[in-house]
Amino acid sequence: MKAKFLVPLFLFLLLVGFLGFGLSLNPREVPSPLINKPAPDFTLARLDNPEQSLGLADMRGQVWLLNVWASWCVACRQEHPVLVALSKRKEVPIVGLNYKEVRGDGGIDMRKIPEQNELPMAIDRARDWLQSHGDPYDVSILDINGRVGIDFGVYGVPETFLIDKKGVIRYKHIGPITPDALRDTILPKVAALKAES
Amino acid sequence: MRRFLLACGLSLFALAGYADTAAPVAADPVLEERVMALSHKLRCLVCQNQSIAESDADLAVDLRTQVREQLSAGKSEDEIADYMVARYGDFVLYEPPMRASTLLLWLGPIVLAVVGIGVLMVRLARRNKESAPALDEAQRARARALLEKDDNNGTQA
Repeated sequence: MKAKFLVPLFLFLLLVGFLGFGLSLNPREVPSPLINKPAPDFTLARLDNPEQSLGLADMRGQVWLLNVWASWCVACRQEHPVLVALSKRKEVPIVGLNYKEVRGDGGIDMRKIPEQNELPMAIDRARDWLQSHGDPYDVSILDINGRVGIDFGVYGVPETFLIDKKGVIRYKHIGPITPDALRDTILPKVAALKAES
Repeated sequence: MRRFLLACGLSLFALAGYADTAAPVAADPVLEERVMALSHKLRCLVCQNQSIAESDADLAVDLRTQVREQLSAGKSEDEIADYMVARYGDFVLYEPPMRASTLLLWLGPIVLAVVGIGVLMVRLARRNKESAPALDEAQRARARALLEKDDNNGTQA
C-alpha cells in the first residue's frame, strides 16, 4: 500500500512505452493481406514484344521477383542500380511490372492524349528508360491502366513481391530496395524458397 | 509598381483555371451517390488520413473507378469492401472489423469506462463511510447539548 503513489508513474511509463513503440512503426508500410496467398492471376503484354504476353502460369516452378516500376517513378531510380547488380548475379529472375507508364505520370495531361496512342507511348518511354538506366528485368510487362497493380494491392511505386514456385506471394518489400534489405532479407528468403520442393 | 500589382491581381484569377479538374461524374446521379457513400468508408493508402472519396491521388481515382464499375455491374457494397480488403487489408476500412486482433480496439474504451466508474464508486462509498464516524452515546449527548445551546442563543439574539 505504501507504493500507491507509484501507480500513476507506472501508468505513465506504460503509456510512454506504447507511444514509443508506435513511433518506431512506419505508417507508410501497410502489411499486405496477400502474403502467403496465391498471387493474383494476370496476363499482360511484354515490353520487348507487345504481341506476346506473359502470365502467372509462365513463371510456375520458379522462385521470382515481381518489381513494380515506372519511368516517372523517382524512387525507382534509387533502387535501380541495386536491381541491375542483382540481375547480374543470376540468382533470381526479376519480372518488371511497368505500372501506368503514361497515365501515372503526373506531368502528362491524359485528356490531350488519344486513347490509341497510350500503349505505343508507354512502350517508347519504358524502353528508353531501360536503355539509359540499364535493364535488370528478365522480362517487363505492361500494366497500362494499373488493374493488375490493384489486384496486387500496389499503392506506391516501387514495390517488390517475392513469389515462390507454386505461385504464392511470400514476401512484399514496399519502397525502394536498399542493398541492406537485399542482402539481409530478400536474398536469404530467395535461397530458402529455392530449397523448397 | 502598378504593373506588379496588376500581375499579382491577375495571378489570383489564374488559379480559377484549375477549378474544373474535378473527377468525372457518372451519368447516373443515384449510382454516383452510392459510389461516394462507399468511397467515404474506404481509406486512401497514399494519403492515409483521407478517404478515397476526398482524395485526388491517382490511386484514389482508380479505386473510385473500381467502385463505380463494380456497383454498376450489380455488386453489393459488402462485396466491394471485401474486394478492397482482399487487396489492401483491413487498413482500407475506416471502421475496422471485430476480430481477435481488434478486440482491444473495440472493447478497450468500454472496459476503461467500466473500470473507471467502478473505481470511482468504490472510492466514493469508502469516503462516505469515513466522513460519518460512529459516535458513542456520551458523544451524542454532548453534541445534542451543544446544538440546543446554540438554538437558544439564536432565539435570544
